[in-house]
Amino acid sequence: MNSKIKTNIISSFFTGLTLFATLIIFTILIIIVGNIIIHGHKIISWEFITKAPREGMTAGGIFPAIFGTVALVILMIIAVLPVGVMTAIYLHEYSKPDSIFTNIIRFAVNNLAGVPSIVFGLFGLGFFIQFVGAGIDKFFGLEVVWGQPCLMWAALTLALLNLPVVIVASEEALRAIPKETREASLALGATKWQTIRWVVLPQATPGILTGAILSISRGAGEVAPIMFTGAAYFLPYLPHKPTDQFMELGYHVYVMATQSPDVQATEPILYGTVLTLLILTLLLNFVAIFIRSKIRRQMKKSI
Amino acid sequence: MELISKISVEKLNFYYGKIYALKDVSVNIKANQVTAFIGPSGCGKSTFLRCLNRMNDLIPGAKASGEVCFDGMDIYSKDIDLAELRRKVGMVFQKSNPFPKSIFENVAYGLRIQGIIDKTRLEETVEKTLKDAALWDEVKDKLDESAMKLSGGQQQRVCIARALAVEPEVLLMDEPASALDPISTAKIEELILDLKKNYTIVIVTHNMQQAARISNYTGFFFLGELIEFDDTSKIFTNPSNQKTEDYVTGRFG
Repeated sequence: MNSKIKTNIISSFFTGLTLFATLIIFTILIIIVGNIIIHGHKIISWEFITKAPREGMTAGGIFPAIFGTVALVILMIIAVLPVGVMTAIYLHEYSKPDSIFTNIIRFAVNNLAGVPSIVFGLFGLGFFIQFVGAGIDKFFGLEVVWGQPCLMWAALTLALLNLPVVIVASEEALRAIPKETREASLALGATKWQTIRWVVLPQATPGILTGAILSISRGAGEVAPIMFTGAAYFLPYLPHKPTDQFMELGYHVYVMATQSPDVQATEPILYGTVLTLLILTLLLNFVAIFIRSKIRRQMKKSI
Repeated sequence: MELISKISVEKLNFYYGKIYALKDVSVNIKANQVTAFIGPSGCGKSTFLRCLNRMNDLIPGAKASGEVCFDGMDIYSKDIDLAELRRKVGMVFQKSNPFPKSIFENVAYGLRIQGIIDKTRLEETVEKTLKDAALWDEVKDKLDESAMKLSGGQQQRVCIARALAVEPEVLLMDEPASALDPISTAKIEELILDLKKNYTIVIVTHNMQQAARISNYTGFFFLGELIEFDDTSKIFTNPSNQKTEDYVTGRFG
């Protein structure tokens, strides 16, 4: 009897402990989001999201940063999706599953996923700007055009950061397609590529887009990779070509939090910017999820 | 009447890595006849079937030696075009495996990958092959619906229509009715007898009655060896090998 009570006490103690741990996370999340919403919602207005900052960022809006973030994420997706998907296709469809070469690539992909984002930033600076960019300028005899931080290099650096996410998600999507479906296509005289193009890829698309969605969330929130490669402290104009610098929400937050000339006046804008960043990330995700569900529905219906 | 050999197999050996799956198999498969292969599970009959259109190539570690001649051409020679071979030697699998596409697109797939985009031609072929597969009346009003929504027996007939659409010369069937109910099975069997006129059919089955009902020739596989191959009537009434007799009379397997 005594030991039974003891077991019960221990059991409920651990149940309580796990619940407590869960509650801590939940509470922190509520505090963070709540705090941002309470302090940030007042400042958000039409003017705030459509005008540029004024008076050393103590007044005005954050439109250039919103624009820059969206442009950055779109360019990043355009760069990372084809490369990531093609790598996944090679790894899963073409390479010998246990060859040394395949294992090395897999090892590299996994390690790439663990590299701190600031290292990607430095890599982008060293490789894209000082090596590739400066090389292009020298080759064409240009003044400094490509050999400087800009939208394009920042997007490519972010794309590198997200490459493992897209590769892993795409490979997972390819793996989910049954062997029987591939065999059916091959048995009809389709080549391997035709099978991949007309049977495998259409079925894998929703899964591949999941990878894209994950990389959007990560891409929109990363500051470290872009601070050396293209994000600007302040710009009086919007970027309109890949070699322009740009303002970005995450970086804007960092700048306002650390380098504001008037902390008092900046604070509400800071909160508003963080809230905007959260909402924008959510919105970008929703757009991607919407596209994915549309493709899914279309697949169920016809193809 | 002397029948023409469509596929002649000479001392075919097959390995899955270290597993010796087919041992010195030699057999002639006659044109426009139904040839059945029977035997217990794991005896190599499906492996043998998949050697005839080189479907086994997809399995890592698979290795074949010996000769498989299709219309006199060795299909394991280096300069064979695999896609071309598989167009001529079609296959229907044990588990029906339609694409998650519409019924129409399933049947038209083989033509589309050959680059045929002429709508009338596709429509004609789809209608003709669905009729050949005895499915047209059941699906003619819903060709745009997903093939995945059909019943198991209907799905298998979509797969047969899909295989017929590329006009193969040989049709390999790997236990095509084993997952189906008796009525669907009867339909498929009827269909096979009907298709015999235009195609050479090789069928693997572990249903002996089925082999007896539909085939002209029957081969008995046991532990990777082709124990006996003869006229179906002879195999089932007066086999020359003791093992064959034990199997067809139900003493083992």
